[in-house]
Amino acid sequence: MCSLRVTTDADRLRTELRDNSVRVIDVRRAEDYKKDHIPKSVNLPLAVLLSDDDPQRVAKIAQSLGIDDQTPVVVYDDTFGALASRVAWTLEYLGHADVSLLEMTYGQWKSLGLETDQKEYLFGPKTHSVHPRPEILASADYLEKRKDQKGVILVDNRERLNYLEQHIPGAINIPYRTLASEDRILRPHDELKRLLKNRGVVDDAEVITYCGSVGTLSGLAYYALKSIDYPNVKLYVRSFKEWKGLNKPTTKQENADYWDLSAE
Amino acid sequence: MSKVITKPEDPRMPAINWARGEEAENFAKTVRLYRQGKIDADSFRRFRLQHGAYGTRMTDDYAMVRIKIPAGQIYPHQLEKIAHLSEAFSIGSAHVSTRQNIQLHWVVLEDVSEIMRELADVGLTSREACGNTVRNVMCSPLAGVCNKEEFDATQYAIATAKFLLRNPLNQALPRKFKFNFTCCEDHGMVRMTDVGLIPQTRTIDGKPQRGFKVFLGGGLGNKSFVGHQLEDFTPEEDLLYTSIAVIRVFDRLGDRKNSARNRMRYLVDQMGWETFQNLVLKERAIVRVTQSVIVKLDVDTAVQDISSPVRISGFDDKSIPDGFSRWRKTNTCKQKQGDYYSVSVTLEAGDVTANQLRTLADVCREFSAEGHARNGFVQDLYLRYVQESDLPRLYSRLLKVGLANPGSLTMVHPVGCSGTTSCNLALTNSHRLAKEIQRKFIEMRLDEDDDLRDTTIKISGCPNSCGQHEIATIGFYGGGSRMNRDMYPVYQMSLGGRSDGQTMLGVSVIRIPAKRTISAILKIIDTYKENKKAGESLKMWIHKIVTGHADSKVKSVDDIKKILLPLTEVPAIAADKDFYSDYGSDSHYHTRTGKGECAA
Repeated sequence: MCSLRVTTDADRLRTELRDNSVRVIDVRRAEDYKKDHIPKSVNLPLAVLLSDDDPQRVAKIAQSLGIDDQTPVVVYDDTFGALASRVAWTLEYLGHADVSLLEMTYGQWKSLGLETDQKEYLFGPKTHSVHPRPEILASADYLEKRKDQKGVILVDNRERLNYLEQHIPGAINIPYRTLASEDRILRPHDELKRLLKNRGVVDDAEVITYCGSVGTLSGLAYYALKSIDYPNVKLYVRSFKEWKGLNKPTTKQENADYWDLSAE
Repeated sequence: MSKVITKPEDPRMPAINWARGEEAENFAKTVRLYRQGKIDADSFRRFRLQHGAYGTRMTDDYAMVRIKIPAGQIYPHQLEKIAHLSEAFSIGSAHVSTRQNIQLHWVVLEDVSEIMRELADVGLTSREACGNTVRNVMCSPLAGVCNKEEFDATQYAIATAKFLLRNPLNQALPRKFKFNFTCCEDHGMVRMTDVGLIPQTRTIDGKPQRGFKVFLGGGLGNKSFVGHQLEDFTPEEDLLYTSIAVIRVFDRLGDRKNSARNRMRYLVDQMGWETFQNLVLKERAIVRVTQSVIVKLDVDTAVQDISSPVRISGFDDKSIPDGFSRWRKTNTCKQKQGDYYSVSVTLEAGDVTANQLRTLADVCREFSAEGHARNGFVQDLYLRYVQESDLPRLYSRLLKVGLANPGSLTMVHPVGCSGTTSCNLALTNSHRLAKEIQRKFIEMRLDEDDDLRDTTIKISGCPNSCGQHEIATIGFYGGGSRMNRDMYPVYQMSLGGRSDGQTMLGVSVIRIPAKRTISAILKIIDTYKENKKAGESLKMWIHKIVTGHADSKVKSVDDIKKILLPLTEVPAIAADKDFYSDYGSDSHYHTRTGKGECAA
């Protein structure tokens, strides 16, 4: 079972909104949503979802937002697509088939002068089944067992300095900022393909992505890889925070004071 | 993000595209062949350096990409592109070098081609930024606006860069080769480079004629030399012939075996200036008669488009932020063009974040009537042609992103090479020391002290002078020392170096433990304050001492040494653990170096 599309462009979303054939989820904070949002979108702040993302609860949330198994869902944020990715991935994990990311951030949507609205929307409850998809999830144990095996590539999506300082042994670093273009949350397909090919991330590998704590930045990477049809991608959703908490091995770039090159 | 889409088209775009799109793909292919073992390490390194990717400290996995900014002219959309590249492929900050390059550090070798590809989108290149080639052609950031210049050398620098980039003449020189153009004696370093040029005019038959004072064979390094003037006046039509002649002599006679002693300055030193001078003049005569008439410097003579932005509302005097007058005094200078000002933006050891670069692009569009910025010789960046009435507004914009620190044009703006943050040869974290000095001295408000204003502080992390310590009033280069079995970082201090009309190398004084360097500078300032004559700056006072003309109680370098001696006392490690670690590190200091690539 595979999502029908990874990103949705603005024109398509506007058509679907007119036809009432889509559910749009705004994952920004409630106060931002209240100010304005894409018309007919519903609000699911990432923090609300993350407080308990057990599939049973996620199914209930989906139902309350008027999403059943067949409802096409488009998710957006104003944080370069990373928060939206985490929400989309959670729905996908639940077993929802048709979930995609708006190809731009809300800020970009607004700057293009596209419709916004202040009205808050609620849709009648629907029924959503629970068919978890463990094949898109990596746990710490799974990762530890698999990461050094042939054909498995571990990708760290945090910023370069964080990676240099500490990372899971064997991981390569593709900072989340690498994935976006200037006006889209993901680069064009040919660019992504070339970039990953240069880095040795081949499409017949099992690719596991991780980031700092809750799988947002690596969630974006998950969708970047899916957008170019990598068939076997997993998100280590609890990411480096859990890995360190479990006292599992880490490694670093030794004998260089790279932090002092930063102007932060 | 939204700003990207709504931004207006830049009215002024660079005239020259320095990039060749196909070089990125070729680089990617070559990296693959190297990783597959089909190209040997030495050949690959030469190729990599030729394309502007330098090695990184203790690893083969990363490179530093050195982006050339010929004559330092950089446009807003180029700054934005570098901001994006720094986040996508580097550490989220870029580094402005002392030679008008902008560097991206800790780039995965396999990503270098992506950077080259995106640089080509904005007409920039890293080609021949490293390796045995003609490096970035520099020009004073004040060229065109300097009160003391005879004419603007910028277009000559750009034409020279254009002629030499990818030119077969200089693809495999014995060693790297550097051109510096300047505006006047004070704002450049023409005697500290292979070829240094100052614009000159003379009158022949009542007609003014443009030309240059050309200096050859200078340079900083493990052994530094001051350059020699080729002739009284080199007319502009001889500029290209002279450049070609010098490169050809060096190419033919330079030492290709001993890479540690093969910059052109060693050749000049070995054969003696007069012999070298004669060779160059003879070679130039040959070049002049053998070059085709179509081989010419393509100097752009178009009048620069200067148009100030139109203001709808004035700036409310009441809203001028605190610190403005201090900043104005220490970061701006009046141009020869009436009401316009040049603004030097304060960076810390040349480092600038992606967001700061974006703001610089914005303020450049908004405030610079020439529509581009210039990076300079001391890890800095200038916005020029700013209207006086716009200075408060510009200041408040810079303030919001942490770019409004005072002191850019004063002593409190030290140069520090990259040191142990990325360089294989470094022994100390010179980069961090420069930042520590800057922060401390700004806090002490030393930027406001006119006595200190023209003093310079420059720091290298090893004896190789990338931090230009030998032309600093107060210079340092890093090393390690030992107390029993414990190592601690030290700096060799030199005094009295300068790169102006009275160029000289600093005189070695004493080795100061790294954690005592700031105290040492302050001690020198105190001593100077006690002994100075009226109207005498710190730079003048030090100059007198190192040249044997001292007329105060402090007579000689030895006297200064005695004053600083107490600072060299080494505490037991149990008493002062901090003394035994370098800036930016909690752990015990030890030296560790890899192979340098300057001479690869």
